[in-house]
Amino acid sequence: MNKGCGSGSDSCLSSMEEELHVLAVDDNLIDRKLVERILKISSCKVTTAENGLRALEYLGLGDPQQTDSLTNVMKVNLIITDYCMPGMTGFELLKKVKESSNLKEVPVVILSSENIPTRINKCLASGAQMFMQKPLKLSDVEKLKCHLLNCRS
Amino acid sequence: MNTIVVAQLQRQFQDYIVSLYQQGFLDNQFSELRKLQDEGTPDFVAEVVSLFFDDCSKLINTMSISLERPDNVDFKQVDSGVHQLKGSSSSVGARRVKNVCISFKECCDVQNREGCLRCLQQVDYEYKMLKTKLQDLFNLEKQILQAGGTIPQVDIN
Repeated sequence: MNKGCGSGSDSCLSSMEEELHVLAVDDNLIDRKLVERILKISSCKVTTAENGLRALEYLGLGDPQQTDSLTNVMKVNLIITDYCMPGMTGFELLKKVKESSNLKEVPVVILSSENIPTRINKCLASGAQMFMQKPLKLSDVEKLKCHLLNCRS
Repeated sequence: MNTIVVAQLQRQFQDYIVSLYQQGFLDNQFSELRKLQDEGTPDFVAEVVSLFFDDCSKLINTMSISLERPDNVDFKQVDSGVHQLKGSSSSVGARRVKNVCISFKECCDVQNREGCLRCLQQVDYEYKMLKTKLQDLFNLEKQILQAGGTIPQVDIN
């Protein structure tokens, strides 16, 4: 189903016909379930993580001693993360991703229940693809996919 | 299939769910939740709300412990609990529970223990009330299906 890896920087969407692999990060179990279901209905492959550290580990940015070669096989096309999480916030996760040479091209979408302009601007300024309001709806993912498609061209 | 029975049950279901919205127990997010359910995942909504009610019970318990001693309230803990509860209730469309959480957070922010205790009691009452209501709703769904009918799509607007 997925194209061969090709060039190292090709971590954006290669084609809308191929399955998007999304990493969804949220400390709330109910929200994780919801995001997962919404993404699956929208034909995405979904991996969930309950906090920023787990997310980084999955992405291969965790403890260097624990990283193995398998991490790069599960190419992630999109990261959706909650903003408010204990420990590492979604914003901190965003920065870590954007600082990584391997992953900085991966779009990161931030979700928040609060509509705070300074928060939104801060995330967008640090490279977030989009900032979306929680709770997530089915129509939000369609919007998201369109936005991502348009951004590519 | 007894079409008259099915039609009656469907009508009952429709009226009941509309009343839950009108009385403010549920908001639009609950409809969004229902959209995520299909023949392949017929228990999705029930599973999610069940998780939510478990969450409520657990969080209320820990917050109650944090609020117990007047001289030693862990408001950070309480705030964390309220934040989680507010998030979850918002995600499932539990409108009344969510609204209590908003007041609850305000009491927590000013470290008002009495206010927090009142909100705690209210949130406990509201989630249990909603649990009963949704149980009745799910029972109606079951009856419709058992009678060979389909669950009506209900447009709240």
